[in-house]
Amino acid sequence: MRPGGEPLLAVRDLTVRFRTEDGPVLAVDGASFEVAGQETVALVGESGCGKSVTAMALTGLLPPNATVSGEVRFGGDNLQQRSRSALRAIRGREIAYVFQEPMTSLNPVLTIGRQIAEVLHRHQRLRGAPARRRAVELLDLVGIPLPARRLREYPHQLSGGMRQRAMIAMALACTPKLLVADEPTTALDVTVQAGILDVLRTLSAETGTAVLLITHDLGVVADIADRVVVMYAGRVIEEADVDDLFARPGHPYTRGLLDAVPNPARRSDGSLREIPGRVPVLASSPDACTFADRCSRADSTCRVHRPELVPGPAGHPVRCWHPLAPVVAGERR
Amino acid sequence: MGRYLLRRLVESAVTLVLATMVVFLGVRALPGDPARTLAGEEADPVAIDEIRRQYGLDQPVPVQYYRYLENLARGEMGDSLRTGLPVTETIRDALPVTLQLAVFSLAVAVLIGIGTGVVAAVRRRGPAEWGANTVALLGLSIPNFWLGLMAILVFAIAFPVLPASGFVSVFENPVESFRHLLMPSLVLGTGLAAVVMRQTRSAMLESLSADYVRTARAKGLSGAQVVLSHALRNSLIVVVTIVGLQLGGLISGAVVTEQIFVLPGFGKLTIDAVFTRDYPMIQGVVLVTAAAYIGINLLVDMLYSVIDPRIRVGGAAL
Repeated sequence: MRPGGEPLLAVRDLTVRFRTEDGPVLAVDGASFEVAGQETVALVGESGCGKSVTAMALTGLLPPNATVSGEVRFGGDNLQQRSRSALRAIRGREIAYVFQEPMTSLNPVLTIGRQIAEVLHRHQRLRGAPARRRAVELLDLVGIPLPARRLREYPHQLSGGMRQRAMIAMALACTPKLLVADEPTTALDVTVQAGILDVLRTLSAETGTAVLLITHDLGVVADIADRVVVMYAGRVIEEADVDDLFARPGHPYTRGLLDAVPNPARRSDGSLREIPGRVPVLASSPDACTFADRCSRADSTCRVHRPELVPGPAGHPVRCWHPLAPVVAGERR
Repeated sequence: MGRYLLRRLVESAVTLVLATMVVFLGVRALPGDPARTLAGEEADPVAIDEIRRQYGLDQPVPVQYYRYLENLARGEMGDSLRTGLPVTETIRDALPVTLQLAVFSLAVAVLIGIGTGVVAAVRRRGPAEWGANTVALLGLSIPNFWLGLMAILVFAIAFPVLPASGFVSVFENPVESFRHLLMPSLVLGTGLAAVVMRQTRSAMLESLSADYVRTARAKGLSGAQVVLSHALRNSLIVVVTIVGLQLGGLISGAVVTEQIFVLPGFGKLTIDAVFTRDYPMIQGVVLVTAAAYIGINLLVDMLYSVIDPRIRVGGAAL
């Protein structure tokens, strides 16, 4: 997508199936996208669309009942072919994760310091005083006051925002090339969210870390992302630069997502528009558009032919038989 | 932490005083007259009255209780009606036997129980889990006395590698002590091991699916690190609780095990005291047992706060 050189992360045709007691579930259906070095890409979609599964699949974090196929190229390496121990060496050092709920994602019975030191020891063989110094430095970096004291504290002694900052400190401990942030602000108060996004933005810029931000919050996307990949029912359905996507969404689903965001300028419109129906849970990849049942523009083609991700009227890739035409500003409604 | 400890100590002391009352009154509520028992079947009423006076049994109950406490404070629990020896001395001789048996059995139970529990949880739906479950089921359903007899038949009679009975203190001869206690503690420990295994397994299954385990894996930690320092650490609270609760069962199990292996321990002492209606001795053993329970509870509570920092502020957090 970006001109010049190989991207940091290139996902090709990633497919993830789960064997469950209710039969097979297709969670990710041939997803392809890229993240360039130092770029912030948002992976957007409703819960259950496969965005978190995609993130976990990158480094083999999925449970044993998952089957993953496709290609995950990271810095030129196909991670799908790496051994489990090679993947462990990459996790935490080159690709680090921040998860949604900092209360449950941090181990309640270990101190913050211990949990940070663990990464430093695992990947940089740091222990004792040097590890402690580095941990203090990291907590300071993410804006936690009195870092030396916080090291000795347990997760429950910190506020939600502070916990998430500690998570970020842990993730950035080895200055990874890619930070996967899975709904990092969803569980936090709105007032705290902005602070966390600030930390993410500043630190990724300072350390040159690329960010794959997984979220359903388009406000967060607008705030921090360079590029957006929209997923629906396991498929990537649209991909564009952030301004482009907000101004000229091509897929009816993307349009629906944007319309579901409160916008003071459109208040006369009355209530928010929601997309009727739910994300389907699929057993296999249908030869149809997975959004057809919820789409007002769907016709017979959509139900029997699978659309491909091809450049739409607005110039960026859209997976739709009837993409929306770009609207000139002010013309809408 | 200091204040919490202090509060728990005071609570324990109060419980102990209540225990002395229950013991004291309970023994007196038992059917049968100790003076009559002591004097013998055909004794005349004068002799019986004499014995009553001698043992203070003619005094009002509160006065008797006060005397009892007074003596207790001096470390005296009277003399055994059966042997005439001081109760404290007899208990002091028997207690180490049972303590060593209990500690050995506990070690067996915890090592086997936690080990197999962790394996069963990590290797889920494999032969390892199946095997561990089978062993647990057997451990739970096979009664102690049968297992004890079988063990003696196999390891003392058919293949005489271990002594069938007797006790050697670990402080006198550690090797012999180990040989003597190995069979009894395996027999006594297996039931508890099965319980610990099942609890460890279910606690581990829960911890292993927790978010912090995902975080630990996302940090690139090895499987062993994830399982031991993250998942197991969080499961221990359940394991400690269950071990604490089951220690009582271990004490009563010791009664049976000591009979089978002829160990001169606390369990044997208790049975003998009850059958001969040896009041001072019954009071003594029940009180010591109660004190042991209280001590174990206190220890378990202390362990909680070591394992889980959220309990450390005396329950204020969470």
